[in-house]
Amino acid sequence: MSAVIVLIVLWQAVCSLGIVDSFMLPSPVSVISALISELPVLAQHSLVTLAEAFIGLLCGITLGFVIAVLMDRFEPLYRAFYPLIVITQTVPTVAIAPLLVLWFGYEMMPKIILITVTTFFPIAVGLLEGFRSSDKDSVNLLRAMGAGENHIFRHIKLPGALPQFFSGLRISASYAVVGAVISEWLGGFSGLGVYMTRVKKAYSFDKMFAVIILISVISLLLMKLVDLIHKKATPWERSQKK
Amino acid sequence: MSVLEVNGVSKSFENESIIKDVSLHLDEGEIVALLGVSGSGKTTLFNIIAGLSKPCCGEVLFEGENITGQPGKISYMLQKDLLLPHKSIIDNVSLPLVIRGEKKKAAREKAAGYFSEFGLEGTEKKYPFQLSGGMKQRAALLRTYLFSEKVALLDEPFSALDMLTKASVHEWYLDIMNKIRLSTLFITHDIDEAILLSDRIYILTGRPATITKEIIIREAKPRNGDFRLTEEFLGYKRKIISCLDGDNAV
Repeated sequence: MSAVIVLIVLWQAVCSLGIVDSFMLPSPVSVISALISELPVLAQHSLVTLAEAFIGLLCGITLGFVIAVLMDRFEPLYRAFYPLIVITQTVPTVAIAPLLVLWFGYEMMPKIILITVTTFFPIAVGLLEGFRSSDKDSVNLLRAMGAGENHIFRHIKLPGALPQFFSGLRISASYAVVGAVISEWLGGFSGLGVYMTRVKKAYSFDKMFAVIILISVISLLLMKLVDLIHKKATPWERSQKK
Repeated sequence: MSVLEVNGVSKSFENESIIKDVSLHLDEGEIVALLGVSGSGKTTLFNIIAGLSKPCCGEVLFEGENITGQPGKISYMLQKDLLLPHKSIIDNVSLPLVIRGEKKKAAREKAAGYFSEFGLEGTEKKYPFQLSGGMKQRAALLRTYLFSEKVALLDEPFSALDMLTKASVHEWYLDIMNKIRLSTLFITHDIDEAILLSDRIYILTGRPATITKEIIIREAKPRNGDFRLTEEFLGYKRKIISCLDGDNAV
């Protein structure tokens, strides 16, 4: 926290002393005032971006979950498709975004697809790892009780994978916001990404910085929210670590 | 009639014979110990009896019915308490009922009725990490009991406990067994524990392991810790040590 304050002070000093042109680098004070004056507009754009991020993340979670469950249950599926899924993650988002716009237009659709593609991966990998690291003895115990795969999944694998799921979700939540903004850059009618391209074209760098700050704040808040849900959902973990 | 019967069971892994021609029986209400050094194939034998793995030959009979290779008939308690960390004690304990297809609520109610008998009152809503080692073992035994009131296999149930806790858990165990009369076959490598708790002891030695000796403990129940200090106890102990001696030298 103190490092951040030092950085901001330094930034303000650089601007106030005229070392860098204020046109190129707006001072923190002007960024904050831009943020405040633009807040009503930004709020509207944020809603659009958040809606896309949220729907995309939801699709990502669903897809990730389905993939993880299938791959855990059917070993051949795991061997066949796991490398393929890894490959999807090496394709840069920015590169496929224009294609998606070309195929699906300027509405929500291409944005949600992009976010889904970027967010399912950490969730699928986290869950899969969680499923596969389930305690062998516990599984044996349940088998001795006559439990089938469904029972083992419900009572051991799923709850056991929650920590990994949430650390995956944490990453995915921030990917979702960034993914939404990037897809908006390439076409759209509203959203923080659209706003960003507009202010960039107008060379209002103070507003540009204001949006950047807003986006990181939203990402941070989302991550905090995920942490909060994590804690609520796994009460047995809380005091264990202490 | 014996509740549980094992007839001529053998098992080998990768051409190495682990257990050979093991036969034993467990009568109703009996507590029988299976004593042998570590790595003598006791757990392999239990996995076979529990139906988790299939023997190369031989059969397992439960109340006269052949259940070889069929899990879900005989309850099995492993060395670790294996309470699921994410479930409260009541949910952990009622898990076998839920797996058998009972509704969660009904299973909980049924399980709750045993809490005071097992000395677990007040722990219903707690999570396993909030319980001491001894209490966890109690909960694990209650879960085992709720799974089957007839036969239980206990794989070194008390070996993870420290000496003092162990002594008090033994006392509790003798007391509870006297009440619930659960026919039990348990593995141990602790000679004192075997003599103190059981009606009969099978001694498993050699490689591949076979049952080389059966010892009947003719001490009235309920027993208490003082039994350990008697001449009879030492007599049994001497006998067992002489049986195991050849095996330990390996």
